[in-house]
Amino acid sequence: MRVIPTSQFMLEPAFDPNTDAGTSREAIGLGQAAGKGLNTRHGTILTLEDISVSFDGFKALNDLNLYIGVGELRCIIGPNGAGKTTLMDVITGKTRPTQGKAWFGETLDLTSMSEVQIAQAGIGRKFQKPTVFEALTVFENLELAQKTDKSVWASLRATLSGEQHDRIEDILETIRLTGSKTRQAGLLSHGQKQFLEIGMLLVQDPQLLLLDEPVAGMTDAETEFTAELFKTLAGKHSLMVVEHDMGFVGSIADHVTVLHQGSVLAEGSLEHVQADERVIEVYLGR
Amino acid sequence: MNQPLMMTAAQKAGPRATLAVGGLVLLVLLALPLLSLLPAEHSLHVSAYTLTLVGKILCYAIVALALDLVWGYAGLLSLGHGLFFALGGYAMGMYLMREAAGDGLPAFMTFLSWTELPWYWAGTQHFAWALCLVVLAPGLLALVFGFFAFRSRIKGVYFSIMTQALTFAGMLLFFRNETGFGGNNGFTNFRSILGFGITTPGTRAVLFLLTVLLLVASLYLGWRLAKSKFGRVLTALRDAENRLMFCGYDPRGFKLFVWVLSAVLCGLAGALYVPQVGIINPSEMSPTNSIEAAVWVALGGRGTLIGPLLGAGIVNGMKSWFTVAFPEYWLFFLGALFIIVTLYLPKGVIGLLKKRGEQ
Repeated sequence: MRVIPTSQFMLEPAFDPNTDAGTSREAIGLGQAAGKGLNTRHGTILTLEDISVSFDGFKALNDLNLYIGVGELRCIIGPNGAGKTTLMDVITGKTRPTQGKAWFGETLDLTSMSEVQIAQAGIGRKFQKPTVFEALTVFENLELAQKTDKSVWASLRATLSGEQHDRIEDILETIRLTGSKTRQAGLLSHGQKQFLEIGMLLVQDPQLLLLDEPVAGMTDAETEFTAELFKTLAGKHSLMVVEHDMGFVGSIADHVTVLHQGSVLAEGSLEHVQADERVIEVYLGR
Repeated sequence: MNQPLMMTAAQKAGPRATLAVGGLVLLVLLALPLLSLLPAEHSLHVSAYTLTLVGKILCYAIVALALDLVWGYAGLLSLGHGLFFALGGYAMGMYLMREAAGDGLPAFMTFLSWTELPWYWAGTQHFAWALCLVVLAPGLLALVFGFFAFRSRIKGVYFSIMTQALTFAGMLLFFRNETGFGGNNGFTNFRSILGFGITTPGTRAVLFLLTVLLLVASLYLGWRLAKSKFGRVLTALRDAENRLMFCGYDPRGFKLFVWVLSAVLCGLAGALYVPQVGIINPSEMSPTNSIEAAVWVALGGRGTLIGPLLGAGIVNGMKSWFTVAFPEYWLFFLGALFIIVTLYLPKGVIGLLKKRGEQ
């Protein structure tokens, strides 16, 4: 049974602010830093129940139910207009659901949090179109994304500790951009930007990563490498990947959710959903 | 290249050369007021006109720098910075008017047959309070405006239009006699500041030196900001605000901080401008003034710290020559200049210098 937090409980900070965070951030209303106290007692990191989103009467999401387990790698597939991006918007606070419940862990109500709070609570998002800070170098991009105190005052005084520096170097290694760390991010190739954005998510150290078409525009070799990378990430992080590339989905996912017209059409292993009559109908239009 | 750190040109041309040029300019600026104290028949004497002109341009340069902090770094194009400049100027002007009026009411009030000072003039006979007002008036207005604008996520051209409307509204308000700021004549006929005659060479020299000091301090502040992580967050904000939010930064605080800082710098520049020029009136708030400031920054080079200073110097230097030689063509020329810069020098004069340096 799910425990719905009482209103009294909600008055308290939903997660432990960093001990070194100080009070200056609260003073100017900048929210809290990410904490480790995410309560995932029941093994689900993300719970969406009866989520509906309508834009001027058009239901982009329709009574959608979705549960993602801790450490799971979930792929979301579905035809265009199925509501995949809207789903990500709801989870990250960009769009408010017209109805339904969205919980991150057991205690964080995503529908009442701002985008920034959600990001600080530990949900990272990669956009469909690679979005990096083009005027900054690759290293600076990662520096900004890194998990740390992100208030105005902290940014004014921030210096990079040796540990943080090493962490960025590690990520650079992982995403194979060590050689370009002093290059401007705007000069990178499309695929490299994709990797940089993934790296920015990793250095942010989120518990849940949302990836919108991560391999779009990548070469076969890059796609293969990304699949490897994601598989190593699963377990440590929970991942939700929206992807059109079935080959890629097949190579990473053990669990696939098919969206259609704003609700879940089928769920299970890739073989299972591919055999599903309704899925075939939706995809092939029979 | 829109490099986040300001030393774009500097790095390429070699920091030593830039430092040498900068040092030389600073020396000249420090020497000017001293030379103005020489007797008039001396061959190195600098006239009061020249000193005032350069002082005025330095004040504009501070405005350009302040505007560049919000536009060049954070991507918020303000077309209303003249308002903050004028507010700082008016705050200082209030003190100067009180000083000139002695125990009586400022001249324009007796002219309106007012018998007592409006409440907001209270305390303005004290220099220290006037200085507080110089910071508080533009700072608080920027804080309130920025708070609501950034909270409502107003950006891009909408933000620019709103700032333009703000300064226009300010101008209309200050044009009214009933507002209590001298109507369309504004404040003039100042006599003294802290008991020193306002037109004496000594006072002029000190005011000039203070302006140079403020400019150097603003430059240092801008440099420290641009070099810090805060500066990089601003650049990130300009290029991909969404990405930044999903990285866990709240853009509002960052925008508000740099916005208020910029307004305060403008106010301080205005406060130094008024005693040197000897007049402040609502036309300082006219939208064209604020747009001109944007032209300085664009011409010099956005997103660099030296660029706006160059831009303010070049445009105002040309303006003072042009308005004497061909007074009726100045605005046409300014417009043409802006178009040429936008088309052929998107990175401004600094970009041009940098290209030269690379070749």
